[in-house]
Amino acid sequence: MTVQAPDELASLEAGLDALELHEEPRLPRWRKALTTAWPPVVAVGLLLLGWELAYRAGAKPTYALPSPADVGLVLLEQLRDGTFAEAVSTSVSRGGLGFLIALAVGTPLGLLVGRVRAVRRGIGPILSGLQSLPSIAWVPAAIIFFGLGEAAIYAVVLLGAVPSIANGLVSGIDQVPPLYLRVGRVLGARGLTSARHVLLPAVLPAYLAGLRQGWAFSWRSLMAAELIVSSPELGLGLGQLLDQGRLLNDMSLVFAGILGILVVGIAVELCLFAPLERRVLRRRGLLLSG
Amino acid sequence: MTLLDTFTPARALPEPLPDGVAVRLSGVSKRFGDGPTVLEDISLDVREGEFVCLLGASGCGKSTLLNLVAGLDSPSAGAVRVPGGRAALMFQESALLPWLTASQNVELALRLRGVGRRQRRERSAELLDLVRLRDAGGKRVHELSGGMRQRVAMARALAQESGVLLMDEPFAALDAITRDVLHEELVRLRESQQLTVLFVTHNVREAVRLGDRVVLLSSRPGRIAREYPVECRQPRRIESPGVSSLSVAITEDLRTEIRRHGGQS
Repeated sequence: MTVQAPDELASLEAGLDALELHEEPRLPRWRKALTTAWPPVVAVGLLLLGWELAYRAGAKPTYALPSPADVGLVLLEQLRDGTFAEAVSTSVSRGGLGFLIALAVGTPLGLLVGRVRAVRRGIGPILSGLQSLPSIAWVPAAIIFFGLGEAAIYAVVLLGAVPSIANGLVSGIDQVPPLYLRVGRVLGARGLTSARHVLLPAVLPAYLAGLRQGWAFSWRSLMAAELIVSSPELGLGLGQLLDQGRLLNDMSLVFAGILGILVVGIAVELCLFAPLERRVLRRRGLLLSG
Repeated sequence: MTLLDTFTPARALPEPLPDGVAVRLSGVSKRFGDGPTVLEDISLDVREGEFVCLLGASGCGKSTLLNLVAGLDSPSAGAVRVPGGRAALMFQESALLPWLTASQNVELALRLRGVGRRQRRERSAELLDLVRLRDAGGKRVHELSGGMRQRVAMARALAQESGVLLMDEPFAALDAITRDVLHEELVRLRESQQLTVLFVTHNVREAVRLGDRVVLLSSRPGRIAREYPVECRQPRRIESPGVSSLSVAITEDLRTEIRRHGGQS
């Protein structure tokens, strides 16, 4: 009977390891950027083309359907006199602050609902119900309660975003593989140590997804609130800009406002949440291709 | 060897065990709630440095037994005694935490024992070296093959320095070639680290290949049916004649045990 000497076992293992590992070839960065960039560019181009054709065909009177160029001009003008920048920065800072408050409220709330059974039975269903309630429904109540002011706007934003963030955390906690918790216990993690080293890292991807949705809800709720809650003291946000366009019957301004809202939403998604999520998922091998 | 010097089996005994006994189960029974009895009157001593394989068909409560020894669950009757009250446990899946690298997984075990940062780093490098994964420390779990994952899990279990290693079908999900290599690796580690091992499997040959003693459990409820000392000496292989002949005999007994559940008698 032959039995391998230890160094023979070592080389056998090294061979097996080498056979089972395969490095994935990585595309150069610029090529990846190119392959991901062209489809949306083409889609936007086609959309603009369709719009221009509809305008030329006179599908609607010009006041209702301005040409892309008209909208571009209005946008340029708004950009030049600083109105647009003001509206964007007002809205973004409101949205950002509202989101941060929602984060600070939603995170402990989610942990509580996720980990304490009585709390889950009590407010779990309410929380998921709230998530499907359009936050614009809160606007009248917020105005009556807080008056026409920032407080009303933030109230609507929070009611929109907090349930998303909390629910993301709850579903994340539910999906933590029990095996990880057992491993933590075997290694000697209890209570807070276990939460810190096992539960929270395990929950991170779902939490991030919740945050992403929470931001989307904040932004949407903010626009709903700004459209309705407007007064001279409040300052000009994108929603108020939209409302101004409607009052002036200025469709180009309305379109410019919508464009602004869209661009901010996409920018936050692309620059903040998407890279963050991708990074977390890639580290865990949950992302298939680079 | 420096590793041997730093490896100190836990000696703090809350209830003293007789010399040379690493794990003692006395009259252990377990049932969950009002369900059927899973384990009935199990009494088993595992000597220090011994390699015991628990063998049985489905429903023999093998995993339940390991959970009791690991302290993840407590027996309904009887007592389980392990030095220091804790043992390292390895699962069928590597159960490495995917948000950590290989070496961070090992370091977590050290960290939870209160080992300082610098020592953690050194020790985890030593342990990964021991399972021959020196260069894989920075890799994430998904970048490792199944066999490599189980070796990291082994390093992590060794980091607990409990002296007793519990293994719950750790190689069941691996391909035959890798499993064969890991058997050899485990035997080597067990000798160099003077481990006491309690190994659960449903694979007769694996049990005979690895164990100094094979304990056959009956099913529903799990009781100790028979014990077999393995006389064929290490180093041996899964295809060694001594392993074969004992496996044949044990398989016969195992089949007899299983038949009792199908018949009308």
